[in-house]
Amino acid sequence: MSTPLLEIRNLSIAFHTETGVVEAVRGIDFTLAKGETLAIVGESGSGKSVTGLALTRLLPEPPARYVSGEILLEGRDVLKMKPDELRRIRGNRIAYVFQEPSTSLNPVFTIRWQIAEAIELHRPEVCDVDAEIVKYLELVGIVNPRQRMNDYPHQLSGGMQQRAMIAMALVCHPDLLVADEPTTALDVTIQAQIIDQLKVLKSQIDMAIILITHNFGIISGIADRVAVMFRGKIVEQGPTAEVLRNPQHPYTRALIDCIPKLGQRRKRLTTIDHAALEAL
Amino acid sequence: MFNYIIRRLLYSIPILLGVILITFTLDSVMMTPNEKASRVLGPKAVGKTRTEWIHNRGLDRPMPVQFVNYVKNLVTFNFGTTWVTGRDLSETFLQGVGPSLCITLPGFFAALLGSLGLALFQVFVRNSPVDRVLTLFSVALMSVPTMVYVIFAQAFLALNLRYFPAYGFAYEPGMLRFLLLPIVIFMLINIGYDARLYRAIFLEEIGQDYVRTAHAKGVSTARVLAVHVFKNGLIALITLVVAQLPKLILGSLLIESLFGIPGIGSMLVQAIQTGDQPVVMVSVFLGSALYLLSLIVTDILYAWADPRIRLS
Repeated sequence: MSTPLLEIRNLSIAFHTETGVVEAVRGIDFTLAKGETLAIVGESGSGKSVTGLALTRLLPEPPARYVSGEILLEGRDVLKMKPDELRRIRGNRIAYVFQEPSTSLNPVFTIRWQIAEAIELHRPEVCDVDAEIVKYLELVGIVNPRQRMNDYPHQLSGGMQQRAMIAMALVCHPDLLVADEPTTALDVTIQAQIIDQLKVLKSQIDMAIILITHNFGIISGIADRVAVMFRGKIVEQGPTAEVLRNPQHPYTRALIDCIPKLGQRRKRLTTIDHAALEAL
Repeated sequence: MFNYIIRRLLYSIPILLGVILITFTLDSVMMTPNEKASRVLGPKAVGKTRTEWIHNRGLDRPMPVQFVNYVKNLVTFNFGTTWVTGRDLSETFLQGVGPSLCITLPGFFAALLGSLGLALFQVFVRNSPVDRVLTLFSVALMSVPTMVYVIFAQAFLALNLRYFPAYGFAYEPGMLRFLLLPIVIFMLINIGYDARLYRAIFLEEIGQDYVRTAHAKGVSTARVLAVHVFKNGLIALITLVVAQLPKLILGSLLIESLFGIPGIGSMLVQAIQTGDQPVVMVSVFLGSALYLLSLIVTDILYAWADPRIRLS
């Protein structure tokens, strides 16, 4: 079997805060093959975003500290890379889309300037930068890209901003796209559009996706596999359909129970007993 | 944009009128026309000379008429004469601007570059021991009173070591030796204060989401600071920097008078000491006008720095 694109082994991350040490990620393992889509699902504070940021060491150190483990990108340990090596994989091999597009884009630069910066960093061979930007804005479904690219972020709607973020992430042909709650800040119809867009892109571009979300509802059509995180640990992982149909861990069952179903009478949402689950 | 500037200029008129009204009232309350006349002509001048002096200046007319005349004179830059030397005031001010700018302009730019560099560097090494030492250094710089710098410079560098003249000013090829100490002191006073403010501005920006995005794109830390963070911090910076501009033209009161620089600052200190009211009144008027102008400049620069702000 060939080397997987990404292999996480026994990764633990702690934060040193004034009130003590918090272990955000506690010994997780997972692998990701080329072109595969993995959804990491979990509640707030379960360590899923921290895991995503850790892949290129984007967490500020300190307070973050990588306690143990390896992050192998095609066999090379990201945690042992020097700053300039890290810069070469950031945006180039692993690109990010973040939760809040309105604050994640720099407010004082045009969309064109921000995407051009990524191209100039990782693809200096591109001659016609504008044509490349237009191509990618078109790819993510922005109408009239030639005019839109000269807009500042505040001139675009939330959905358009997120599409621009995705275009900026894709423009350097990453092997892996980390989408960290890409739809949480958007309203429901736009959420669906963005997820559909990701599905379309996935079929067009050969790239792996890690989709970080707390919403089980959005993953079924897009993720090949799912990993459920709870309090810093991966409590269950497997093919998406299987986990959805037959969840093994009580936490996964509780999460799936919380998805509202059409035609069902409203009932109280399931709550979970953290202490009992922790004891498992 | 053009309409906006015109409107702002029109808004400044009532504010300036208010400033003039206050100084004019204070001036009239503090001294009667007779007292003014004997202040200028000397206590011995009585009778006809004094009445003529008062009549020539219109000081015997009703107050509202006096006020209107005073405003007319100010807006036509006919500032009158000083009481002490009897020289034309607009000429005196024009002469004072040169020496003042000789100190404040280089001092201002040196302080601006120094404090920006220091602030960006401190943000780069934030929360490290180096950062803390530099913060301590900034606090020390801003906490030492101007007098201490001046006394140290004059007593030690000028009188003991004879590196610089202690006092004086001349327009001549070697004038830098007169200027160096006051410029450096002007810079030192400002740099500590400004560096701390700028550091706080940049630190606030560094926690923003767009900084994380820039890092995630693979942008180097230096470029994130110098381009992404800097341009966003610029908006807050502009307010602080442009508000200093009137101060540059009006000079530094303390430094100029202690180093014998014949700028507007030392002129004003002298006028206060000798009770030369016209000089003080004109200074207040010019200072307010320049301040209002700098506020308009601030707004224009805002629109340039931040695309979200549109002037209309």
